[in-house]
Amino acid sequence: MIQEVVSVGLPVDERWKIIKNRMEPEAGARPDSKRICIVTGTHGDELEGQYVCYEVARRINEHMELLDGIVDIYPALNPLGIDSITRGIPMFDLDMNRIFPGSNTSATAEYVAAQIMNDMSGADMAVDIHASNIFLRETPQVRVNETTSDNQLPYAKLLNTDFVWVHASATVLEATLAHSLNKTGVPCLVVEMGVGMRITKEYCMQLVDGIFRLMCELGIWKGEAPEVRDPIVSRDGHVSFVNAEASGIFVPSVEHWQRVKKGDHLGDIVTPTTGEILHAVQADVTGRVFTLREYPVVYSGSLIARVLEDCEEDAEND
Amino acid sequence: MTKETLFTLPSPYRDTLNVTGYRFGRGEKSVCIMGAMRGNEVQQLYICAQLVHTLEQFEKRGMLVKGNEILVVPSVNHYSMNIGKRFWAMDNSDINRMYPGYDRGETTQRIAAGIFEKVQGYRYGIQFASFYMPGDFIPHVRMMDTGFQSTSLANLFGLPYVLVRKPRPYDTGTLNYNWQIWDTNAFSIYTKETDHIDQESARTAIVSVLRFLSRMGILKYHCHSGYIASIIQDEELRSVQSPCGGIFTRIRHPGDEVSYGDELAQITHPLEGYVMQHIYAPCDGIVFFSHSAPLINEQTTAFRIIRRLHG
Ligand SMILES: [Zn+2]
Repeated sequence: MIQEVVSVGLPVDERWKIIKNRMEPEAGARPDSKRICIVTGTHGDELEGQYVCYEVARRINEHMELLDGIVDIYPALNPLGIDSITRGIPMFDLDMNRIFPGSNTSATAEYVAAQIMNDMSGADMAVDIHASNIFLRETPQVRVNETTSDNQLPYAKLLNTDFVWVHASATVLEATLAHSLNKTGVPCLVVEMGVGMRITKEYCMQLVDGIFRLMCELGIWKGEAPEVRDPIVSRDGHVSFVNAEASGIFVPSVEHWQRVKKGDHLGDIVTPTTGEILHAVQADVTGRVFTLREYPVVYSGSLIARVLEDCEEDAEND
Repeated sequence: MTKETLFTLPSPYRDTLNVTGYRFGRGEKSVCIMGAMRGNEVQQLYICAQLVHTLEQFEKRGMLVKGNEILVVPSVNHYSMNIGKRFWAMDNSDINRMYPGYDRGETTQRIAAGIFEKVQGYRYGIQFASFYMPGDFIPHVRMMDTGFQSTSLANLFGLPYVLVRKPRPYDTGTLNYNWQIWDTNAFSIYTKETDHIDQESARTAIVSVLRFLSRMGILKYHCHSGYIASIIQDEELRSVQSPCGGIFTRIRHPGDEVSYGDELAQITHPLEGYVMQHIYAPCDGIVFFSHSAPLINEQTTAFRIIRRLHG
């Protein structure tokens, strides 16, 4: 059933609406039924979650008899952004994922954020699906804040991603949807995968299997539990950042998720005017390229790649 | 006056970005004054340029007190200004949310790091800022409640109000916040305009800085004493939210005294022209902030009022 989460008036003959699809068993949910929120579209240029929502809804519709809980699908927390190819909320300065838990006495966007929080409160689990940005391609990964990793890691591992990144907490991240939900007792897993403005079907299907596995574990789905891969779990210390040291055009020489050795050539920053190489980009560590620059124009400082350094035990298996 | 390039960033296709600083006097690092960090901060740019011009004259006339150095940085992000964007054009990131910066990080982190290295270590830091919600303010000095702020120093600008605001998570990347954390007394000055130049409030801002410098013994300059500021906490301001979207017609302006029940604005139907809603003052007080654009959303702050306490 389609429900309105929040609706506010825009200046001229239009309402800014956030909707969700509440899916529950035909006989209705029991008082003790578990509830999961599948959330995406906070950043208007990230579209991978659109296909994930579609596929989750499609599979549930196909076998309603297997549903034994509530699945709330929020396909677009920032509908104005998605509809106008805008990462942020059009005409609003702050990143939508920096204004939670919102406020009823500030800007409209903050009111919308507060109503979203209100609607999701009390859920047993949330999965917030992001798709990087237009610049970088990401291997499917769950990002978990180190302060909540003890509780969340077992669930994060069920999502069928290749990688779980346990990252340090930072003050600015306190205003994300995930952090705000975690604080109110709704465990929220943040997935990053793919690249902005595109749909990578293979990644989407991979995550959908993970979501069904998680729902089986929570007792929301009675269907067969999909097999999931065992992700690499890593902390910040094993993630190496590679940034551009020149401004120009980046041309990669490795594939995404490829294994590289320390000193390997990752690509070049070139100048089309003179045909010169400005910066031959190298790997600092041995491991896998889990983030890779997709958008060719770079300034010095632009992120080119992130490499997940091999742990000792992995190296022995090679 | 000496002119110096503080930071340089080559671009793949455009002229190199040079951030220019103007130094006056020699000696202790006394004051750093920062102008436009966002591409629409034209008023901030104008104010700083006028300050550079004024200080140059003053220096020639021997009006700077020996032993002090003043640094003015009128513009950091003219790259965005020149192409009509507010934020860094490539990735829409905000340089004023990247401090203290990181010189091995993303482009705008590198810009922030390069600038911060040059603007830190001063006794006082003054920034001409703009707010994330567009609208007009009473000219005021804004400080963040970091535990290190000094409102009595802020009073020396002689502006009518000093606003103290508890930092939100997104504020921790601003220059003001980081200046304070790194032992500079930081003040943000808000005037009426951002995208347009308002001569009168620009003049108010320039005089307030000159007044501050003279009271700090950095400048020999005589000006009228200005106001004795009221110190207000952000949470004491009463927000008035718009009850619907439509065409916004403002009746009362920042600085106006209002009584409970006074009409502050009207919202007109955008297609049919009748008045849909009246916005009334919820208390006695003074208008501190008002929405100024002709169109307004539902549930956004149309006014903020400094409540008058009856005693
Ligand atoms: Zn995102």
